[in-house]
Amino acid sequence: MSRIATRFASLKGRGRTALIPFVTAGDPQPATTVPLMHAMVAAGADLIELGVPFSDPMADGPVIQRASERALAQGVSLHDVLGIVRAFRADDPDTPVVLMGYLNPIEVMGYEPFAAAAQAAGVDGALVVDVPPEEGHDLVAALRGHGLDLVYLLAPTSTDARIRRIGEVASGFVYYVSVKGVTGSASLDTDAVAARVDTIKSLIPLPVGVGFGIKDADTAARVAAVADAVIVGSALVSRIEELGTTPELIPGVIGDFLATLRVAIDAADAG
Amino acid sequence: MRLCKVYEMATTPAMLSDRGPATGAGPGYHWPDANGHFGPYGGLFVPETLMYPLEELRAAYERYLADPEFLAELDADLQDYVGRPSPIYHAVRWSRDLGGAQIYLKREDLNHTGAHKINNTVGQALLARRMGKTRIIAETGAGQHGVASATVAARLGLECVVYMGEVDVARQEANVYRMRLLGARVVSVKSGSRTLKDALNEAMRDWVTNVDDTFYIIGTVAGPHPYPAMVRDFQAVIGREARAQMLARTGRLPDALVACVGGGSNAIGLFYPFIEDAGVALYGIEAAGDGLETGRHAAPLNAGRPGVLHGNRTYLMEDANGQIIETHSVSAGLDYPGVGPEHAWLKDTGRARYDAITDAEALAAFHTLTRTEGIIPALESSHALAYAAKLAPTMGGDQTILVNLSGRGDKDMHTVAKHEGLVL
Ligand SMILES: Cc1ncc(COP(=O)(O)O)c(C=O)c1O
Repeated sequence: MSRIATRFASLKGRGRTALIPFVTAGDPQPATTVPLMHAMVAAGADLIELGVPFSDPMADGPVIQRASERALAQGVSLHDVLGIVRAFRADDPDTPVVLMGYLNPIEVMGYEPFAAAAQAAGVDGALVVDVPPEEGHDLVAALRGHGLDLVYLLAPTSTDARIRRIGEVASGFVYYVSVKGVTGSASLDTDAVAARVDTIKSLIPLPVGVGFGIKDADTAARVAAVADAVIVGSALVSRIEELGTTPELIPGVIGDFLATLRVAIDAADAG
Repeated sequence: MRLCKVYEMATTPAMLSDRGPATGAGPGYHWPDANGHFGPYGGLFVPETLMYPLEELRAAYERYLADPEFLAELDADLQDYVGRPSPIYHAVRWSRDLGGAQIYLKREDLNHTGAHKINNTVGQALLARRMGKTRIIAETGAGQHGVASATVAARLGLECVVYMGEVDVARQEANVYRMRLLGARVVSVKSGSRTLKDALNEAMRDWVTNVDDTFYIIGTVAGPHPYPAMVRDFQAVIGREARAQMLARTGRLPDALVACVGGGSNAIGLFYPFIEDAGVALYGIEAAGDGLETGRHAAPLNAGRPGVLHGNRTYLMEDANGQIIETHSVSAGLDYPGVGPEHAWLKDTGRARYDAITDAEALAAFHTLTRTEGIIPALESSHALAYAAKLAPTMGGDQTILVNLSGRGDKDMHTVAKHEGLVL
C-alpha cells in the first residue's frame, strides 16, 4: 500500500477526518518550507500538499499566484522542491507529501526522470492541475511505475461519467473542488458540497478531500462532517504573505492556526 | 479538377459559403484528431472545472459549423457587417522597387474594426448566442481582438469583459478607449509579466468562475481544443477568398503565402485552404524583437521548444525549469510566448516554414508600404511585409507572393511616433 493509502486507512480506523494543508514550496524563502512542514505535522496535519511554483498558474487566485511569484523570485525550481521534500523526509518518514502544480515543469524534466526523482526524494503523489485523464495516460504510467499516486481534481461541473472515468485512473484520494472558481474564491455551500461528496462516494471507492473556500475553523468543521479530508490552502498562504518580512515566525503562526482547525475537525468527528 | 472549378468562382458572397466537404483543407489533411491533437501538439490541458464547458463548446461548434442556417447567418454578417470579401491588391510600385516576384496583399485591414480578428469574433459571438450565453469575456494584447469582441458584444447586446495586461493597456491606449466606448469593461491584469499571456490566464480564471453564463472568445488559434480548430475555421474565410481571388486575377495559385504569427490565427486562416496545394510555399513570420540571438523576442517556433501552456502542447518560450519567460516585440499582437498547436505541427511536418523579423525590419517595412502604396499597415502585419520584401527579390518576376495584411496601423501611431522620438 502507498503511504497515502496507508494513512487514509489508519485515519478511517480511528474515525478521524484528514487535515491537509497546502503551502507553496519556497514561499517566501526556500529555507522556510521544511520547518513549516514539520510545524504543520505537529499541529495535526495528516498529509501535506506542496505547491510547485509556476509562472502561469491558471487555476489559482491572487493569493496563490503571488506565492508562486515570491518563490520564483527566489529561483525555486521543481528540482529545488524535490530537495525540500528530501530534507523533510529525513525527519518524517510517515506523513505523505503530494506535489501540486502544473504540467510544464514536469514536461521539461521528463515524466520518467521526474517520477524517479520524486520517488527517491520521498514524494508520495502528484496533483497536476492541468492534466485531465484524457491527457494523463503517459504521466500516470510513469508515476505508477515509481509507486506514486496521481491525485485528480473533481469539479462541480464533473458529470457522473467523468467522475467514474477519473475514478479509474486516480489513486490515493480525489480532490473535490467545492466551488466553481479559482483557489481562494468565495465561501462554499456546505449542503451542496455534502450532496456532491455523496454522489462521488457512490461512484468511486477512493477517499474524498474537499478544498477551495475553507477559511476558518467553522467551514473546516462543516466540511469534516461530509468529507474524508479537509484541504486548506489560501487561508494559510495569505497568512504566510503577511509574515513575508519575518519568515522565522511563519511555522509558529501557521501551526497555531492549523491547530484551531484540528480542534474543530476533531469536535466534528466526535459529534 | 478542383483547381479549375474554383477558378470560375467570382468573389461574391456565395463564395463565402463554399466551404467544400466539411470545413477542411482538402481530402488528405485531417487535423486535429477527435481529441484535438495535431500530431503531438494541441489537446486539452485544463483544470477539471473547464472540461464540461469545453465539451459543451465542442458539441456546439461541431453542430453549428455543419448547420446551413448558422453558416448563412455567419456569411450574411461577414458580408454586411465585416465588409467581406476583402479585396486582394496588387502592390505594383512596391513589387517593382523590390525587383522580383509580384506582391499581392490580402486586405484584412479593410475589415470593420481594422483587422482579421473580427472574422473570428463574429463567428464565436453567434455561437455564444445559440448556446444561450449572456456574457462574453476575451483576452487581448494589441487590443484588436478586444475591440472586435466588444464590437460584436455591443451589437448582440451581450455583457463584455476584456482582460488586458497592464503593459499593453499603457501602449495601446486608443484601443482601450474604443473598447470602453463600445460598452466593455477592460480589466488591467497586473499579474506575471502583465502582457497577453497573463491576460489569457486571467480570462481562464474568470471562465472557471462563471462557466454557466459566460462564453470565452479566445482571439487566436491557441488554447484548449476546440479553440485552435474553431478559430481556424472561422478565419479560413481569408484563405478561401484569397485562393479564388488569386485564381481569378492571375489564373493560377500564388507561389508563396506570407503571414505574421502571434498566436497564428491570421496565418492559419490564410494557409489552411492552401495546405494541400503542394506548389504553394507557406511562410509564417514570428517576431524576432531585438534579434533571436539577444533572447529578447517572441519567436517560439524559431527559438523555443515544445511544452504545455494555456491548455495545449506547442512550442513555447521557457527557461530551463519550464517557467514561461517574458517575450519582447514592438508589436503587442505578436508578444506571446506560445503559438497555435497547428503551426507547431506544420513546422515539424515541414509543410510551412517559420522565420522571424526584427523590430527594426518591421518598422522599416511599415514606412516603406506607407510611402510606396499609401497603405498604413499594423506593426504585426509589417513583420510579414518585411519578410516578403526579402523573399521577392529571390523570385522571378512572373511569380507571385500573397501577403496577409492582417490589420491597419491606426492603433500603432503612438508606438511608431515614439520610435521616431515624437510624442503625439
Ligand atoms: C493586426 C494583427 N495581426 C496579427 C495579430 C497576431 O495574431 P494572430 O497571430 O492570431 O493572427 C494581431 C493580434 O493582435 C493583430 O492585431
